[in-house]
Amino acid sequence: MKRRTALKFAAALALTTSLATGAVSAETIKIGAAAPKTGPLAGGAAVSQWPNVQLWAAQVNERGGINVGGTMMPVEVIEYDDQTNPGETIKAIQRLATQDEVNFIVSPYGTGLVVAAAPIFARYGYPLIAVSAITDQQPALSKQFPDMFFTLGTTSALAEDTVKILTDMRDGGQLGNKIAMVNVADAFGIELAEVARGKFKEAGFEIVYDSSYPLGTQDLSPVMKGAKAAAPDAFVAWSYPPDTFALTEQAIIEDLQVQAFYTAVATPFPGYGARFGAAANGVMGPGGVNVDDPKFQEYAAAHETITGAKPDFWASATTYASLQILEQSIEAVGLDRKAVADHLRSGTFDTVLGPISFDENNNNQAFWTVGQWQDGVFKGVASRGREGAVPVILKDGWQ
Amino acid sequence: MTGTDIRNLCLSALALGICALLPLSGSGYWLSIGVTIVMFTALATSWALFSGPTHYISLATAAFFGVGTYVTGLGFETLPFWSLVGIAAVLGAVLAALVGLATLRLSGVYFVIFTLGLAELVRQVITWVQNRSGQKGLYVLTDISEADIYWMLLALAGAVFLAGWLIGRSRLGFALRIIGDDETVAVHSGINTALSKVLLFMVPGSVAAMTGAILAPRYVYIEPSLAFAPMLSFQVVIMALLGGAGRLWGPLVGVIPFTLLWESISSSFPQQTTLLLGVAFLVIVYLLPRGFVGLLDQIRQRAAPKDPEAQA
Repeated sequence: MKRRTALKFAAALALTTSLATGAVSAETIKIGAAAPKTGPLAGGAAVSQWPNVQLWAAQVNERGGINVGGTMMPVEVIEYDDQTNPGETIKAIQRLATQDEVNFIVSPYGTGLVVAAAPIFARYGYPLIAVSAITDQQPALSKQFPDMFFTLGTTSALAEDTVKILTDMRDGGQLGNKIAMVNVADAFGIELAEVARGKFKEAGFEIVYDSSYPLGTQDLSPVMKGAKAAAPDAFVAWSYPPDTFALTEQAIIEDLQVQAFYTAVATPFPGYGARFGAAANGVMGPGGVNVDDPKFQEYAAAHETITGAKPDFWASATTYASLQILEQSIEAVGLDRKAVADHLRSGTFDTVLGPISFDENNNNQAFWTVGQWQDGVFKGVASRGREGAVPVILKDGWQ
Repeated sequence: MTGTDIRNLCLSALALGICALLPLSGSGYWLSIGVTIVMFTALATSWALFSGPTHYISLATAAFFGVGTYVTGLGFETLPFWSLVGIAAVLGAVLAALVGLATLRLSGVYFVIFTLGLAELVRQVITWVQNRSGQKGLYVLTDISEADIYWMLLALAGAVFLAGWLIGRSRLGFALRIIGDDETVAVHSGINTALSKVLLFMVPGSVAAMTGAILAPRYVYIEPSLAFAPMLSFQVVIMALLGGAGRLWGPLVGVIPFTLLWESISSSFPQQTTLLLGVAFLVIVYLLPRGFVGLLDQIRQRAAPKDPEAQA
């Protein structure tokens, strides 16, 4: 009989959940969010994505809501876990659009998941302000999905500006001509390495060590030993979160003496600075922000007060900015999604990063490309169209 | 062909026709759940065609599926879409044959481990090629709608059922049932066990590759870590076993409740989705050791305890 009870319980559960989705309050603006809470990208989303959704909603509601045609409407966030699985992302966005009937949907997290969701956003007429979807395919994507917008920059810009920083250092007499470059053998790492390889050669650098390692490699000491044996002047790694930490660790163990040290994804995470402390000083990575901008400082303080964690120095502020853009657009034209999308195309928005507007490919042209750990903060040292870049410093040992 | 067979075929065709009307309901939400159900029905039913009679647990679904998505990803700009599905079918079958020749002489746990490793192996090969050529993630930007994908998957699922029904009536199906009961006896009866197993293993390989090829436009962005996600292989096995791998329609009665359960957990408990799915697995294994097919048989036996025909 226990079995029957359990089956009844399961049936009742399924029934209640299917009924519990109704209940619409006319007073609130419903905002949907689907991003990883589990799976490979959960760690990154927990730093850059979810806290900003939480922070923004808390701040908007503290102010009394968003001003829609004279009425202050608070926001209500509906969250789903997409398990880092594009099939689940598609289902979650469908559910938000058709079952929860939310007013707007926050962009998912991670290139593959954002792009998988794009057709659903397009079908139901939701504007998509993508953040963590860094790609060179923006013209093709915005042509296929006219209401999809990009904020965090392109793959090429990230690689090109890194090469440019090193070129400037060399031309200034701070850096020799020998580069050791490694990459994680996965989509983003391969793409960045490919662009950088060409640019390094173009700039006249000698690549003395060029190697890759599979995604998920635990022991990176052979990679670092190989790089060290080639006696480079600069070390550049197009790496992912676990290997960004592991490569830095190995560089400290091997005492790699270079004037410039670059690791990629997760270098701007507060966790990186916390883990390596003074040894992180001089390490470069993608992104960066203008840490001296009072707007960013105010944002970072609020982020820590409300979510209990520090923001990262790259995608966090951009994620928050994407929500500010949405908010300002709603205040300007109301809850009509088509009008909001048109407004996004034409308007200029005042965000934590400074003004943001979108070009004919729906692309934000002003973004940070290279940052560097300097005295415990990750400061922007190169950008496209952003002010406040600080001079780059030499990597001086690992003590 | 008996009268019952004809009746069953007509009923199945009718059911298929009713399912094909789903996109006309206009609900994108139920359509996306429909795509998930039809996709897993095709995968789990073809999986059970091989694993049901032979008792070989294959975890290679993700490998074939990923190969199929890459066929579409690489070829959709130059070739018509239907031909890509065909190419995927052939590639999937060839890969399955190669794997089968190499491994189906292995038994039990060795076969399981090899098939699990296969998805990783293919994924690493593709990554290696990409790394050598500097080729990046692929974008599949097409006009193929979710309804088109649903109809294609539905046709595929229908074909899988037809193939399963025909195999069940053939000498091959008979041979496989004997192999499953006792492989030594099968060999002594003059059955070429290796050939039979390889032939049948090509069916799930081919179907999974076609499923991947059809679904690629839905995912839009193809990269190895998404195309070869090992989770898919486990989901297929769990759904097939939940239904019951011993009957042709067994996986179907596993896929439908499982997908709905998954959906209701995902929507109601976004913070604890993975935890509750794990608990659901445990409950299912504990309460339904023989799957839904076992449960239905039990109910039928209780309803008609003296009718021996009912157990057939």
